[in-house]
Amino acid sequence: MGIIINAGTRAIVQGITGKQGSYHTKLMLDYGTKIVAGVVPGKGGAVVNGVPVYDSVKETVEAYSPNASIIFVPAPFAQDAVLEAIANKIKTIVVVTEHLPIKDTINVLAYARQSHVTVIGPNTPGIITPRECKLGIMPANIFTPGSVGLVSRSGTLTYEIAAGLTGKGLGQSTCVGVGGDPIVGLNFIEALELFKEDSKTKAVVLIGEIGGNMEELTADYVAKERYPKPVVAYVAGRFAPSGKRMGHAGAIIMGKQGTAQSKIEAFTNAGVQVAEKPSDVAALLAEELLP
Amino acid sequence: MNLFEYEAKQEFSTYSIPIPQGTLVTNSNQTAQAIAKLKPPYMIKAQVLVGGRGKAGGIIPAKSAKEAEEAVAKLLGAQIKGLPVKQVLIEEKLPIRKELYAGITIDRFNRSYVALASASGGIEIEEIAGKTPKAIIRTLIDPQLGLRSFHAMAIAKQFGYSGNQLAELAAIIQKLYQVCVDNDAELVEINPLAETETGNFVALDARMVIDDNALFRHPEYAERGAEELSSQEALALKNNLAYVKLDGDIGVVGNGAGLVMATLDLLNFFGGKPANFLDLGGGTTIEAITAALQIVFADPDTKAILVNILGGITHCDDVARGIVEAANEAKAKKPLVVRLVGTNQQEGQKILSDAGISVLDSMEEAARQAVEITRGEKR
Repeated sequence: MGIIINAGTRAIVQGITGKQGSYHTKLMLDYGTKIVAGVVPGKGGAVVNGVPVYDSVKETVEAYSPNASIIFVPAPFAQDAVLEAIANKIKTIVVVTEHLPIKDTINVLAYARQSHVTVIGPNTPGIITPRECKLGIMPANIFTPGSVGLVSRSGTLTYEIAAGLTGKGLGQSTCVGVGGDPIVGLNFIEALELFKEDSKTKAVVLIGEIGGNMEELTADYVAKERYPKPVVAYVAGRFAPSGKRMGHAGAIIMGKQGTAQSKIEAFTNAGVQVAEKPSDVAALLAEELLP
Repeated sequence: MNLFEYEAKQEFSTYSIPIPQGTLVTNSNQTAQAIAKLKPPYMIKAQVLVGGRGKAGGIIPAKSAKEAEEAVAKLLGAQIKGLPVKQVLIEEKLPIRKELYAGITIDRFNRSYVALASASGGIEIEEIAGKTPKAIIRTLIDPQLGLRSFHAMAIAKQFGYSGNQLAELAAIIQKLYQVCVDNDAELVEINPLAETETGNFVALDARMVIDDNALFRHPEYAERGAEELSSQEALALKNNLAYVKLDGDIGVVGNGAGLVMATLDLLNFFGGKPANFLDLGGGTTIEAITAALQIVFADPDTKAILVNILGGITHCDDVARGIVEAANEAKAKKPLVVRLVGTNQQEGQKILSDAGISVLDSMEEAARQAVEITRGEKR
């Protein structure tokens, strides 16, 4: 089980012939992900890592009925690629592409919502349900199956914390990066909803960072819903200055809005345990899960 | 990318949003000629990309041509909040009845644009939000509808206007949304949006922030070049590195925004102070890591350097080669603490050990050691 992707996921790769697309297609195949086809307009008929390439998503739908797509298309063309996947009713779309203009993201996500399609990202490392399916660019060896759901705004910090969990014998049900942009598809609250319904998930880790108010709203949700599973959070950027983008387009404190302090306070008030250091996440979870 | 007030106003003007009559000067010799075309009194406004410019002395009212010339001469070449004034906007000063606020920006959680409007203009929107949040009218914009005239009318109506004024104000708000979308802006703001004594509306000040990721669609801004950068910032930009200067003494290099932010937090946790934030991003090349190390080595504030790499797409051996190259080239030798794990870890760690650079597996241990070095507890 786990959320969104599993052993039954049949994925296409949009932008499969590019450097990133072909490299990560190989790694995903090595992990056991079912990649049924690739799409690059004008490159139909090619084969990449044994995967057949088509000119359009429509052709792959007719031939393979995929239910997911992972997108490596460069930013100027990414909007069209995502819209094409949505128009063809691909249920889950993972947008790895970085530097998508905000206007394009807003357009794409409005269409996705109307079409009941889940978009993860943009600017996401992707999603992994350990030993079942990986749609993303994360190093697979640090993940192991288990009962911790993990949702994060960061890439390498997720690897750091997941490796810590694995080291302590705490496997993961699904780990998903929501993306580092100001506006993203799947958010923390939606991920928590899915983890709530997932019987394999016994606890959830949230990895937040400065910028925006997603963590504060998530804390409200946890408190209001009396969320039934333990939640542990880590928030990066306690000492970030105001008005500067810290690597991610979305990691920016505006005036007094979006500080780590505000997020930590909201989580604490909602009964979410907040780890002071990345390594404390595993320790706090061990307390919750290993009586 | 922040636009100057005069650039934003030019853009407003092409959308028929009313702005005061004005001229830009870059040299005091141009002042007399510029003023000849304008009616007194005047507002003399330094063009610098910083908030609170007025309070810092960057805006000077002038009653006569003589006063205007003096004000221009005073501002050109001066510094406002540390930024040099290279351009000055001379505008006609209008008699004002009331100051409003109108802006379009991004609502992150609702994944849309949002129109913000307030009858208490003239102060920063964050300040209004802090003091009287109810004084701000928020209108979420459905991207498939856009901001229609009925939305804009509803906003203007809440300010109590009617008739021609209602239509005029609504038109400005609607055009402002069009400016935002057409320019791929993250923020467009008219503050204050003045109601003049004749009952018309004029954009007295203008702010526009263009989405950096959309510059490929806007060569007119892309060619304009970056703002004033330090040599470190320029080198970072050239190598696609995310760099932010901070006020401590430990130089930091890492891969991934979240990991580097967490590294800064750890340094603070152990009682140290980072000198910078530097994120290499994913799939780093040897050139990029070398440039990153050069940036932190060259910073006179750094007493020690902490490198924190968790290699996924990034290969540890590439990182190690970059570190060794930069450490050998560096003019000032500084203690280096390296944490290096992930793809090709053994090879990378061996390259560093062979070069006499000690390397650790734990980021907490590495952060602790970097702090100890700068406090002089360990050498």
